[in-house]
Amino acid sequence: MIFNEEFETLPREALEALQLKRLKQVVQRVYHTVGFYRKAFDDAGVKPEDIKTLDDLKRLPFTTKQDLRDNYPFGMFSVPMSNVVRIHASSGTTGRPTVVGYTKRDIDMWAELMARCFAAAGLTKNDIIHNAYGYGLFTGGLGAHYGAERLGASVIPMSGGNTKKQIMILQDFGPTAICCTPSYALYLAEVGEEMGMDMRSLRLRVGVLGAEPWSEKMRQEIENKLDIMALNIYGLSEVFGPGVSMECAEGRNGLHVFEDHFIVEVINPQTGEVLPYGEEGELVFTTLTKEAFPLIRYRTRDISRLMPETCKCGRTFVRMDRVSGRSDDMLIIRGVNVFPSQIESVLMDVEGLEPHYQLIVAREGALDTLEVQVEVSEKIFSDEVRKLQDMEKRIAKDIKDYLGVTAKVKLVEPKTLKRFEGKAQRVIDKRNI
Amino acid sequence: MKVEQISIFLENKPGGLAQVTRVLKEKDINIRALSLADTTDFGILRLIVDKVQEARDVLKNEGFTVGRTEVVAVEVPDRPGGLHIIVDALSSEGINVEYMYAFVERSGENAVIIFRFDDTDRAIEVLQEKGLRVLPGEKVYRL
Repeated sequence: MIFNEEFETLPREALEALQLKRLKQVVQRVYHTVGFYRKAFDDAGVKPEDIKTLDDLKRLPFTTKQDLRDNYPFGMFSVPMSNVVRIHASSGTTGRPTVVGYTKRDIDMWAELMARCFAAAGLTKNDIIHNAYGYGLFTGGLGAHYGAERLGASVIPMSGGNTKKQIMILQDFGPTAICCTPSYALYLAEVGEEMGMDMRSLRLRVGVLGAEPWSEKMRQEIENKLDIMALNIYGLSEVFGPGVSMECAEGRNGLHVFEDHFIVEVINPQTGEVLPYGEEGELVFTTLTKEAFPLIRYRTRDISRLMPETCKCGRTFVRMDRVSGRSDDMLIIRGVNVFPSQIESVLMDVEGLEPHYQLIVAREGALDTLEVQVEVSEKIFSDEVRKLQDMEKRIAKDIKDYLGVTAKVKLVEPKTLKRFEGKAQRVIDKRNI
Repeated sequence: MKVEQISIFLENKPGGLAQVTRVLKEKDINIRALSLADTTDFGILRLIVDKVQEARDVLKNEGFTVGRTEVVAVEVPDRPGGLHIIVDALSSEGINVEYMYAFVERSGENAVIIFRFDDTDRAIEVLQEKGLRVLPGEKVYRL
């Protein structure tokens, strides 16, 4: 099903004309309203007037997550605060998230994009959508919520956690669709089974799953355990949140990027060179319609490739392959973005702790686990068990407080962690996804 | 009147303790008393040895994290109620014990209790006031 037939099936020529018109507008706007962009464009020797074709986009400089951090919290906003009706944030370095703002119109637009996603998953106003994405600063919960309402479906604003209650509601309210991370879908299935429920007999028929990388193998497992069709949704808070691209129920092969609102490019992460369709590289997004927080050539660090072939669903939008990895060291643990450097700053804050550490990411059952191994130096060593255990607890609590992720802290003997020349190998990812 | 104790951080893994004892054996270092505190993930081995500085150096060279703590050794007759005399004295003065362990002297007449206190100086004062025998380090190392 197609929510906005007119735009989602625009012939490529008309779509590109629309993109060019919107691109010119947004480039003018950011140049005149956001100091960062004016400087970046000037430094690159490019003026808004230089953008005459879509191909001229590549003359514009990239925007990185670091740029967003440098302009924390509101420096990248392109409208006065009086026009901003919502603020979200994604986890950033300790105490410094990436902040995004939305105007009334942005919220409307985002709701439509999410409604398009639900429609692409075959959902209508007759469906009940169990929304287990977290509500709060994280964009997932509210993003999916507004989209479900825009579609006219009945939304259950569950948010994350409280798994047994979630299962009770899945059983009693009989939702037909669920939104959550793929790992949480599996976890729900497992907990339900442990509670002696037949999770295949629920009324659920569709899962709109995203916010972390997952595989075809995991898709099959979720589909088997819950007897649903599991579809992949993509987004990032810097670019609205969920609803940047979505897999359609008909094709189930790649995620349609809503190109009337975004221009997507794939670049070589080392050279910045734009790659042709089909080649794998880093996804770069330019927002065409966002008002409060427009982004020009934002480097996502997500690795994927673009598939231009027409899809049997009728949408003319290009598809992106499922994200296969990252071009930086960011980890996604239970849907939470974690950079090793964030853990490092937590450890540095614990008095005297040398940052000889290693992160072990694994998957127990359906859930990601994070173990932080810290070498015990003489400075922090104590002959009293209690003091060492207190320190373990304090580190775990700080990680939870700053990063929102639960970690097990393990003290290890010095030099048991491998030393590397140059860039330290801080992460061992044992998840087989 | 204090005794130097060394403590060693050990992960709970096979062979960890053996590495410590091998190093001490090679250097001809004798263990006078020991205790091992353990949790699910790690342990703390506390040792009183005859050659404190040397033990510390060789273990550090082997890559262990080694700490050094001052503890107190108290000698009591090895008979029922022996320990109670000490603990009673400490508790009546509000002295807190972090941990303790004990061994019996070779002659078999006396037991030696090793205490780790928050406030070591105050504890020694109290013990001596009560007429208990606090052993000097030199004596403990050579017991």
